[in-house]
Amino acid sequence: MKSKFHPDKNGYYGQFGGAFIPELLYPNVKELEDNYIQILDSDAFQEEYKALLKDYVGRPSPLYLAKRLSEKYGAFIYLKREDLNHTGAHKVNNTIGQILVAKKLGKTKIIAETGAGQHGVATATVCALMGLECTVFMGEKDIERQAPNVARMKMLGAKVVPALSGSRTLKDATNEAIRYWIQHPETFYLIGSVVGPHPYPDMVARLQSVISEEIKWQLKEKTGKENPDTIIACVGGGSNAAGAFYHYMDDEEVELIAVEASGLGVNSGESAATSQLGEVGIIHGSKTILMQDEYGQIIEPYSISAGLDYPGVGPLHAFLYESKRAKFMDATDSEALAAAYELTRIEGIIPALESAHALAVLPKIKFKKDQVVVVNLSGRGDKDLETYINHLEE
Amino acid sequence: MNSIQELFQKKDKNLLSIYFTCGYPKLEDTTKVISALEKSGVDFIEVGLPYSDPLADGPTIQDSSQKALENGINLDLIFEQLMSIKETNKTPLVLMGYLNQMLKYGEDKFCQKVVDCGIDTVILPDLPMIEFENHYKALFEKYGITNVFLITPHTSEERIRKIDAYSKAFIYVVASASITGAKGDISNNQVAYFERIKNMNLQSKLIIGFGISDKETFTTACRYANGTIIGSAFIKNLGENGVDKIDDFIKPIIS
Repeated sequence: MKSKFHPDKNGYYGQFGGAFIPELLYPNVKELEDNYIQILDSDAFQEEYKALLKDYVGRPSPLYLAKRLSEKYGAFIYLKREDLNHTGAHKVNNTIGQILVAKKLGKTKIIAETGAGQHGVATATVCALMGLECTVFMGEKDIERQAPNVARMKMLGAKVVPALSGSRTLKDATNEAIRYWIQHPETFYLIGSVVGPHPYPDMVARLQSVISEEIKWQLKEKTGKENPDTIIACVGGGSNAAGAFYHYMDDEEVELIAVEASGLGVNSGESAATSQLGEVGIIHGSKTILMQDEYGQIIEPYSISAGLDYPGVGPLHAFLYESKRAKFMDATDSEALAAAYELTRIEGIIPALESAHALAVLPKIKFKKDQVVVVNLSGRGDKDLETYINHLEE
Repeated sequence: MNSIQELFQKKDKNLLSIYFTCGYPKLEDTTKVISALEKSGVDFIEVGLPYSDPLADGPTIQDSSQKALENGINLDLIFEQLMSIKETNKTPLVLMGYLNQMLKYGEDKFCQKVVDCGIDTVILPDLPMIEFENHYKALFEKYGITNVFLITPHTSEERIRKIDAYSKAFIYVVASASITGAKGDISNNQVAYFERIKNMNLQSKLIIGFGISDKETFTTACRYANGTIIGSAFIKNLGENGVDKIDDFIKPIIS
């Protein structure tokens, strides 16, 4: 089925997307563009991908009716439990898929960027599984604040390279990964979100779409209806939101809510709320909405959550925003921390800081009676324990 | 006629172009660097627009860009600086920046300013051919601006032929699969690649860049092309020794 939310042949969602890459990367990106749909649609790929998702990742991930949370907010709130996946987040759905694509293309060396370290861990994991060499680029600042994930990657055999340029976070890790890719064109760049040059945003969205594919039948089993009234997901680059929204984008009756990190406040100067602060521009090979100054210099974002600390959004999300198909909201550091504590205390689930941003908009929404809401709980909070402990007394 | 084409009519062998970063090492150095380069006998100059996220650049140009931005450089200031030497400077200038800078400044406004400064050639390493064909070709033609394409060891012959047909100034031959600032001698593989390009008998002039740093690499590269571009090695020297020592860097290369 052709949807207006799928990219055109040049990778555009409306005015957003494309492949703005130096000539040096053209052959690599072209090779992927020419092959990815054929590979993803092949029976051999589907069989192996689905088997690994089931037996290795532990899918389907449960759709859990959070009763006490529902009571508190006066709606039926379901949590899509991506936090229960192997490696602790939705990221592995994508890395399993891309590693199979890389193998099919005959690649033996894998590179990746990571912010919170979840994508880095998920990449190091599938590289260990497949016996491939893995190098992960991570901002020096993120290496400091996500120590457990750095240790995991190293234990899994990956080489972790600190990105020392710019703000030393996800943006810069991505720059360094791209620069390495230019110098090592034989490597496969396993991008972790719906960002980067076409076909990455589409490929990653397709691989994450398993989330909404499952929500559809799980919700039907539980409520008799495939469609919830509302889906809420956090957005940094936007891969978990893309996955949670994917099969609902054409169903206009389903409200889609994307939650960005507003750090210390949208207008504090320390924020990552791209849709509110950004304008059209090009970042990491894609035309999208990004935070920049009047001369197009990219502004360093801020969020307590390393996974949302990104100055752009994927081109699909820029299009969902511009076309008003999705509603964009934001949550500050302290709102996210409060939401994380709330979920922990009333449901016994410690969410990732990223996912806590999605939960943090629940108090801001006026729900109608019997409204069915799905919150994509994209990851678990083990990696954020230090941050949580530091804020325990607040 | 394009200013670089004019230059080629007078000289088409052993051309030396130097890349520098505007506003580096000091904010007001842009025009001083251009004058010094002209005096030293450089054939044309690549004027680098400092960018926060220069994907195709190595640490040297990244650092100079960051320093220049910290100095307070911006596109308006750069255009002012270039305007101030428009009448005195006789060496052709080529503007090199990233596409987002032009996009955010306003494409038409950017092109108009470029032309006002007496510049007619731009290099935008992240402008892909398909976007050029669909949009930028017409925009540049409207202003009489020529865009320089890059080719690499991995660019297919078919694509090189297409680039050749679009090129009105020169083709930028990227010396290896690398970002700017690569080091060392020119390898046999690189020579084979340069020979392959040379033997394609393209209509365009060829300028080799990325990894050209001194007299030796300059001389070798010039055997296979009309000239070369030196960037990172120059920036490194400029950072260490300042504007006054530019001649000491250039002279040994072209003598």
